[in-house]
Amino acid sequence: MTAIPTAERALKRSGVWMAIALLLMAAIYVRALAFTPEEATQGLVQKIFYIHAPSAWVAFLAFGVVGICSAIYLFVKDPRLDLLAASSAEVGTVFTTVVLVTGPIWGKEIWGAWWTWDARLTSTLFLYFIYLAYLVLRSAVEEPGRRGRYSAVLGILGALLVPFIHVSVYLFRTLHPMPVVLRPGKPELPGSMLLTLLSSFAVFTIFYLALLARRYAWARLVDARAQSEADRADASR
Amino acid sequence: MRSVLAQAWAIAAKDLLLEFRSRTAFLSALVFTALVLAIFNFARDPTAVSSVDLAPSVLWITFSFAGVLGLNRAFTLEKENRAIDGLLLSPASRTALYLGKTAANLVFVGAVEAIALPLFALFFNVPLLDVLAPLVLVIALATVGFVAVGTLMSSMAVNTRFGEMMLLVLVLPFLVTPVSAAAEMTTKLFAHRPFAEWAAWLKLLAAYDITFVVLCTLVFEFTLEE
Repeated sequence: MTAIPTAERALKRSGVWMAIALLLMAAIYVRALAFTPEEATQGLVQKIFYIHAPSAWVAFLAFGVVGICSAIYLFVKDPRLDLLAASSAEVGTVFTTVVLVTGPIWGKEIWGAWWTWDARLTSTLFLYFIYLAYLVLRSAVEEPGRRGRYSAVLGILGALLVPFIHVSVYLFRTLHPMPVVLRPGKPELPGSMLLTLLSSFAVFTIFYLALLARRYAWARLVDARAQSEADRADASR
Repeated sequence: MRSVLAQAWAIAAKDLLLEFRSRTAFLSALVFTALVLAIFNFARDPTAVSSVDLAPSVLWITFSFAGVLGLNRAFTLEKENRAIDGLLLSPASRTALYLGKTAANLVFVGAVEAIALPLFALFFNVPLLDVLAPLVLVIALATVGFVAVGTLMSSMAVNTRFGEMMLLVLVLPFLVTPVSAAAEMTTKLFAHRPFAEWAAWLKLLAAYDITFVVLCTLVFEFTLEE
């Protein structure tokens, strides 16, 4: 009977993390908008990078977490890993949506097109499709054990599919800006912009972890309540 | 190892025998393929797009949809009368079950493709004979890739609500690599480009096949009841 209070405490703790993450987010945007120089050729629209690039990082990171949790789940069958993978998938879907919405805004301004079939755009779009398939699959299976196994199988396959899609689209010519930070030689970004970009990556990672913790704590609470409901029904019989 | 292959063969032979006796799925997949090929001809502007330019995409869209339709058959067959329980109780290992189902699907999809290919050459007026050998290799590799993933997915989809729709949602993302590689290589073949221009695609497709055949064989047992 301790499951519910424990889960409630975890949910409350995750609220603290959320507050910290949101404060840091606010700080990073004050820095990005007011204290980081404007890019010379792209102008104001370049500021979208401080949302777009870190969201893309988190979108792929979140699916990495789904893949790893799924692989371990199939061996140890711990339902908590299944919940963690599902939570990461939901949070990842949100960040992928952000990437797919902010990208075209920049693309229209700089490339003159909302969308192109370039390597990174396509792999992100298909990452989104796999996320959606994962969530749809979960909603279509009732029994928790089976739901866990099925979604873990899809999670593992999906995590391996994304690099394949990336390479297959990369074999076509690509239009997306080449990496400006992680590339051979020195980063080509000026110092103050680089600092803003790197700290936005860090802040988004913290924000992802906070959202993940909160979503996971909530899922645990729902489970604990359902369990106690079931126990009570058993006891009254 | 030998016993696994023998068991897989027994399962594949059973599936193919069932299909051979009724031929319902095969004939409908065939008619579907012919219909899609014919409809595509009306869905283009003949003055703007020549049929040879469109041919590779038509071929691959037709093959992948016909393939997915065929995949549904493998496990819906076992769901009726809970025949899957019989298979699970039999001494056949789960790996053998997966390999047998995949083999039967490959024969099924391969047979549809073998009949659809001449039809495609006829409708789209492509000179098929001089590139036949490499084209068959490309078709074989792409088919192995998507049938391997599709067989695994259909084993899950059959136990979900709206299983047939679910199979499409699950499988289509996995078709990007095999279909884009195959379509690209088909284009190069029809244009008589040198092998060096499509070697990278061939490697990618081979890598995809190896990765997903191995992975699907490994995780298949988790899609079955314990």
